Amino acid sequence: MAYIAGIYEHPTRKADGKSLALLHAEVAKGAIEDAGLSKDDVDAYFCAGDVAGWDARGTGPFSIIDYLGLKLRYLDSTESWGSSYLVHVAHAAEAIAAGKCRVALITLAGRPRAEGFSTGTAVATDGLSAPEAQFELPYAPTVVNTYAMCAMRHMHEYGTTSEQLAWIKVAASHHAQHNPHAMLRDVVTVEEVLNSPLIADPLHRLDCCVISDGGGALIVTGPEIAKSLKHPPVKVIGAGYAPKHQMGGRIDLTYSGARWSGPQAFAEAGVAPADIQYASIYDSFTITVLITLEDLGFCEKGKGGAFVADGNLISGVGKLPFNTDGGGLCNNHPSNRGGMTKIIEAVRQLRGGAHPKVQVANCGLALVHGTGGALGTRHGSATLILERE
Amino acid sequence: MAQERTIIAPLPFPETAPYWEAAAQGKLLLKHCTACGAYHFYPRALCPFCFSDNTEWHEAAGTGTIYSFSVTRRAEVPYAIAYVTLPEGPTMMSNIVDCDLDAIRIGQRVRLVFKPAENGQPVPMFTLA
Repeated sequence: MAYIAGIYEHPTRKADGKSLALLHAEVAKGAIEDAGLSKDDVDAYFCAGDVAGWDARGTGPFSIIDYLGLKLRYLDSTESWGSSYLVHVAHAAEAIAAGKCRVALITLAGRPRAEGFSTGTAVATDGLSAPEAQFELPYAPTVVNTYAMCAMRHMHEYGTTSEQLAWIKVAASHHAQHNPHAMLRDVVTVEEVLNSPLIADPLHRLDCCVISDGGGALIVTGPEIAKSLKHPPVKVIGAGYAPKHQMGGRIDLTYSGARWSGPQAFAEAGVAPADIQYASIYDSFTITVLITLEDLGFCEKGKGGAFVADGNLISGVGKLPFNTDGGGLCNNHPSNRGGMTKIIEAVRQLRGGAHPKVQVANCGLALVHGTGGALGTRHGSATLILERE
Repeated sequence: MAQERTIIAPLPFPETAPYWEAAAQGKLLLKHCTACGAYHFYPRALCPFCFSDNTEWHEAAGTGTIYSFSVTRRAEVPYAIAYVTLPEGPTMMSNIVDCDLDAIRIGQRVRLVFKPAENGQPVPMFTLA
């Protein structure tokens, strides 16, 4: 098994003065230094398909390893949108176990704010050649309205309410007040979420994550190196992955691929949801968190609304502290991909290095979940279980 | 309430051309697999359930029920996106049009209508029955 030995989250939230490549370099340097290693130790690199910008097409990974000056024997550019970085950790662990590499660097960077991507209500028209495009784009699907349809159906089947969804944002805001880098640091109430403008029924503005620049990086390595470094070793003990799609028209919006990725990860780790002390849950929207928690088995399907209500996700208050950095709802969402920062905050918790106001006492076991793509159409769900040794 | 939203033109594939040609004549076609007997959506030449290439076009009844929907308020012209479940089985993405957007509910019965895309191609949509 492998260990996450280095982490770094870029402090910027609006990178007007920096290129995408420079952001990758800065987060890479930060994670390598956090691990106490040098660039020459890195022999494997993992990134997603957007690494050099979408217009770089398939050659982006080469551009960035050239820019960073890496000498590698392993390269993996698995693309799973926001959950890519969880998949990269799992793939790095496998490659290290197989003796293919020793020190893996994973980076994410993006500058959607600087580039003027200011809304999730625009119809994406960059996938015109995809086989579903002709049957979907005429209907103007957007990031927000496709997630909104999941929320609408969940409310219909299980009686979930907007008040319950709002509690997820409230919990995130309680954590974000202690994060000096968070985009939104004000504590909000359920009423404030409900009174924010409706973007796409039933999702309000405050049900949606922020759009931010920035990025993050990780170092994954084997036990010999990890245990020789300064930080408490954080071991990857379970990983699961599952894409979910429209299944030929047999559409069910009430669950996500977490229904399949979660059990894989729990089985590999030999632990159960009740053992988890801290959870980083991808929070593109409040509904993403609610459906994911049900699918991972933290509560029964359909009972997510009651589970998240009344502060149950607030550190020091509820039973399942989540996203103690403020998450995508309040802290950041670099490149519209939240998986990286989910891993970083879980490692902070396991090292005992989260902000003292949100640190989970004696945190030894954490779960990280990423939802890449769109909950209401096609997505890739990835789950990691991490343990402090 | 009319929705005068610009509709992005679909770009047909060679094997999906019959779907769009039928739409131009006011018909919704579905793919039916003669090997496993199932309808699927969106239409493929190979059945996504059993991978048989014995698929054929059938005209849909043109009715359905709303599985889920959302009204996008933050748009130049507010509109309703929806998933509509057809009596043949599949659920398809669509829009609910020509109605009071605030009157739309899950489970409502809908019927087929067509709206022209920006290139004039009629696109299948639904209105409250």
